[in-house]
Amino acid sequence: MTTRETGWRRDRLGLRVWPHRGKVAIVGWGMSPVDRRWDGVSMDKTLGAYGILAIQRCLEDAGVKAEDVDGLLVCPETGAGATGGSSADWGPTRPYFAPPYDSEWGLSRLNAKWLTQNTPGLKNVKYAPEQVPAIGEEMGMAAEAVATGRCKVALLIYGMNNFEGRYRQGGQNEDDHARGDRQWSAPWSTADWLQLSGAVYVQQYCQKYGGTWEELLGPIVVNQHRNGLLKQPSDYEGWGYYAKNGPSGLTYEEYVNARPVIWPSRIWDCDRPCHSVGAFLFTTAERARDMRQKPVYVMNHNEGSARAQRSSQQVLEDAEEGRAWVAKMVYEGSGWRPQDVDIFNPYDGYSMFLPLSLEAFQWHGVKKGEAKDLVKGDISVKGPHPFSSGGGNLGNGRTRTAMYIDSIQQLRGTAGPRQVRVKAETAICAYAPGVAASYICLANSPS
Amino acid sequence: MPKLIPVADEQSKPFWDAANERRLLVHKCTACNTLQFPPQPTCRDCGSAKLEWTQASGRGHILTYFVVHDGRFGRRMADQPYNVAVIALDEDPRVNFYANLPGVPPHQVPVGAAVKVIFEEVEGGQLVPDWQVVR
Repeated sequence: MTTRETGWRRDRLGLRVWPHRGKVAIVGWGMSPVDRRWDGVSMDKTLGAYGILAIQRCLEDAGVKAEDVDGLLVCPETGAGATGGSSADWGPTRPYFAPPYDSEWGLSRLNAKWLTQNTPGLKNVKYAPEQVPAIGEEMGMAAEAVATGRCKVALLIYGMNNFEGRYRQGGQNEDDHARGDRQWSAPWSTADWLQLSGAVYVQQYCQKYGGTWEELLGPIVVNQHRNGLLKQPSDYEGWGYYAKNGPSGLTYEEYVNARPVIWPSRIWDCDRPCHSVGAFLFTTAERARDMRQKPVYVMNHNEGSARAQRSSQQVLEDAEEGRAWVAKMVYEGSGWRPQDVDIFNPYDGYSMFLPLSLEAFQWHGVKKGEAKDLVKGDISVKGPHPFSSGGGNLGNGRTRTAMYIDSIQQLRGTAGPRQVRVKAETAICAYAPGVAASYICLANSPS
Repeated sequence: MPKLIPVADEQSKPFWDAANERRLLVHKCTACNTLQFPPQPTCRDCGSAKLEWTQASGRGHILTYFVVHDGRFGRRMADQPYNVAVIALDEDPRVNFYANLPGVPPHQVPVGAAVKVIFEEVEGGQLVPDWQVVR
């Protein structure tokens, strides 16, 4: 299938509770090591090699044979290019290697074709769409594929990659001219960067609700790093950049004094681009009952994005309205209310996303302007409000898998030192940049 | 600062032509009188496609700002750090513009201050609106 399938997307209000609620389960996950970037010579550390490793670890976790997999969803983009896409899309060409490393596929990019050809036993895949979105929507696509019978056992693969000197450099950012939509922003040296939006609306947030940038985001960033380090040996070398490579133990003072990027945002407000692959296994709730792990049931998924920018720049009101729309859709589709959500792992490519997501979903009763109050208290996994218990991308590097892995572990009760002390029966997690609606709702019971 | 050079297209040509005459245009919906910018195919409030360019007052206020220390535009790397402010138009604060606020040192932006539009020439002779604090 070469065209993008879109009929499965749940991207608007009014769709009511997901009709397949509790009928699909995640039964395994696997993660490669998380490196800063591929060194260009170690063939056991290419994105392809890491993809195969993540698949094998995922299947081992689930107790499923590769031969049993009949669905394979692989997002081919790594988001690390000049303005998104793949970092392999531009830059100097390089010499390639003997097959299967005779192109970028397998080195810095993944697709279903390469993985089925090179992963032992993966020979019964019948459903392998070519146009697969990033992991936030990919999760919904995999759940829907199983729910609607396109496949019975679906592997979801998501890789991230980072070439030195290419991330967000080059391409149209090197153009002296501002073309297309960029004519409305680039002349003033801004563009549709979520970091800029975050810098704007968090400053407005502080102006409107009180407090400072550092008081609001400092405790959140420190908490993300703390949670990212809370790993156990069985966590496949740590599924996090900092847990594997250090440095660790970011303090509030270090956060405050860190170098500015888009001031007031510091370097620690940004996730660190990495090189890694994650894998997740979906199947029907019926099959899941007999598998190795306690099933984690999919209760809803959503996609799309709020139409949240009224003028040149998204401002606080836009960001709040957009996220409120997203939260309303997620709660409608799951049938949950804010008080039903135990684990909340929103997306944090930039720290600025987190307080507004927290307020929009009203997790633990937090309403508009109140995130600043919650973060003054105990938001650690040991406390009553274990916010973003996985540590997200800020605490693990840009794997975009931490929110999902932690939610699965919390619901299984296998998060070890990161296991929350409060009830962990339901979870909402996401890779949802800005006002994207790509959330998935999980539970340890199908009802 | 050497701003990036806007490339006009069919839709935006009236805006950039007016800028060369030191006039600031915004889109106006003739069905519901809503102002909007940048131009869109339809009105964000009522959905009408009946939109026309109208001259704005050129007066506004600074909503907030950020300072680019480590940006992405090759043309502007040497200028870092520099301010980028968000300006709310006085006749409809929902309409906002970017500004580099020439003459205002980095980090010394007076949030809430009144501003007026000015025009800066970029390479090739095109004038680009920017904003200046009203003292």
